[in-house]
Amino acid sequence: MTDLPKRHMKRLEDRILPIIVAGFFISIWHGLSLLVYSDYLLPSPSSAIKAIFELLMNGTLIDHLLTSLTRVFLGFTLASILAIPIGLILGWYTRAMNAFNPLIQVLRPISPIAWIPLAILWFGIGDKPAIFIIFITSFFPVLISSASAVRNIDASIIKAAVNFGARGIDMLRKVVLPACFPQIVVGLRISLGIAWVIIVAAEMVGMRSGLGFMILDARNFLRIDMVVAGMVIIGLVGLGLDRLVCSIENNIRRKYGFSSS
Amino acid sequence: MGSAVHDNIKIAIRDVTKLYSNNSHSLIALDAINLEIMDGEFFCLLGPSGCGKSTLLNIMAGFEKPTDGKVLIEGGEIAAPNPRYVTVFQDYGIFPWRTVQENVEFGLEIKGIEVNERKKIAEVFIKMVGLVGFEMRHPIELSGGMKQRVSLARALAVNPEIIFMDEPFGAVDALTRMKLQEELVKIWREENKTIVFVTHDIDEAIYLGDRIAVMSSMPGRIKSLLDVPMNRPRLRTENDFLRIKEKIYLEFFEYADKK
Repeated sequence: MTDLPKRHMKRLEDRILPIIVAGFFISIWHGLSLLVYSDYLLPSPSSAIKAIFELLMNGTLIDHLLTSLTRVFLGFTLASILAIPIGLILGWYTRAMNAFNPLIQVLRPISPIAWIPLAILWFGIGDKPAIFIIFITSFFPVLISSASAVRNIDASIIKAAVNFGARGIDMLRKVVLPACFPQIVVGLRISLGIAWVIIVAAEMVGMRSGLGFMILDARNFLRIDMVVAGMVIIGLVGLGLDRLVCSIENNIRRKYGFSSS
Repeated sequence: MGSAVHDNIKIAIRDVTKLYSNNSHSLIALDAINLEIMDGEFFCLLGPSGCGKSTLLNIMAGFEKPTDGKVLIEGGEIAAPNPRYVTVFQDYGIFPWRTVQENVEFGLEIKGIEVNERKKIAEVFIKMVGLVGFEMRHPIELSGGMKQRVSLARALAVNPEIIFMDEPFGAVDALTRMKLQEELVKIWREENKTIVFVTHDIDEAIYLGDRIAVMSSMPGRIKSLLDVPMNRPRLRTENDFLRIKEKIYLEFFEYADKK
């Protein structure tokens, strides 16, 4: 019975420690901004918060945020719809994997940002090139994690399924997909995280809207407080996205019996 | 002798040879094996790791093809795995995303048996392996011994003629293993299946088998074929048991001395 309050303390500790660390970080930031004494070189935390409010009030923040999120969502969804089945096929057929792997390994390390000139050439200005960039960004991580998910299925699980006569669509629906699901979801989470990093860079280089553009635009008007405000928002939204996908992932793992309770 | 072994041959292994080769050299995993396993028999393949006993089992079950020779089940050559002959694996091969109940129903589902019917069948075998009350659990919540019970129930549910068991109790603790052996014998006697059981545990082979094929490695061969003329349930401490055990020990160590 005595370990009940202990466990409670532990949970409290898990919540409080991160807040203390964050507070420490913000104090150092504040201290540095006092030292530098220039809102141009290093805006203080309070001016960043003020800038966030200003951007919220005049509506620009919400506009740009929704633009970026929509691009990420569409590019990521399109990539997943294509990359998951292709990854499953490559994982299942060793021959196909051997044939495609070199090509994938050449395309994969090309930074999605390097595709921007072509993206603008092909799709013009607006959301389309950004969606294309996110598609490229998400495609390979999802493809590779889906393929390796198939290859990592326990040999005995496949053997047992074959033994009971599972073939074709039954094999895919009742064995391969559920066996791969948890690892595919991990791949989705990772690629969504990368997509959120890349969208900002892409919008800074070649777009006229979105959070990346908002930051670039603020710099052009020497509103460095707004630059920092944009950075803070990107970080917080990134955290939110990760938490969201994490909780979906945990739900799936529990439902599919890959982790207990 | 202790059980009703029929006279007709269920599995005939004819000159089965298996070579594994890579670029530099080849390994003879099985060297011209000949063996006959009777209908309803509990047959044990006993040998050290690397003697090819699991390879032989995999060939009988249709998972691997022999390099030479063939396996006949009831006179027909085995070419692929078939639900009439079900394998129970050491690492269970059960589906982590399915509950105990759903795991046991898997083979019936693939066969296209209707929901209520397969539920009824699954219940029978879940009861037989002692998992009543765990139907809705996922494998992650079960111990190793319980997972193997799920695997056995899933195999029994499709009413196979032969159950191939590949060191099924290798990963469970000694006491649980003895309990599982005892229950397996009971189930085998009730269900009247042919069981081919691979193990490296001498006691396990003597406790379970009507006959034991002792195998040697490099190359994999059948060194001797032993009858276990003991009544069931067997006692691990009775004289007959110990005498057979000594005989098998001698098989291994005499051989080693002569080398």
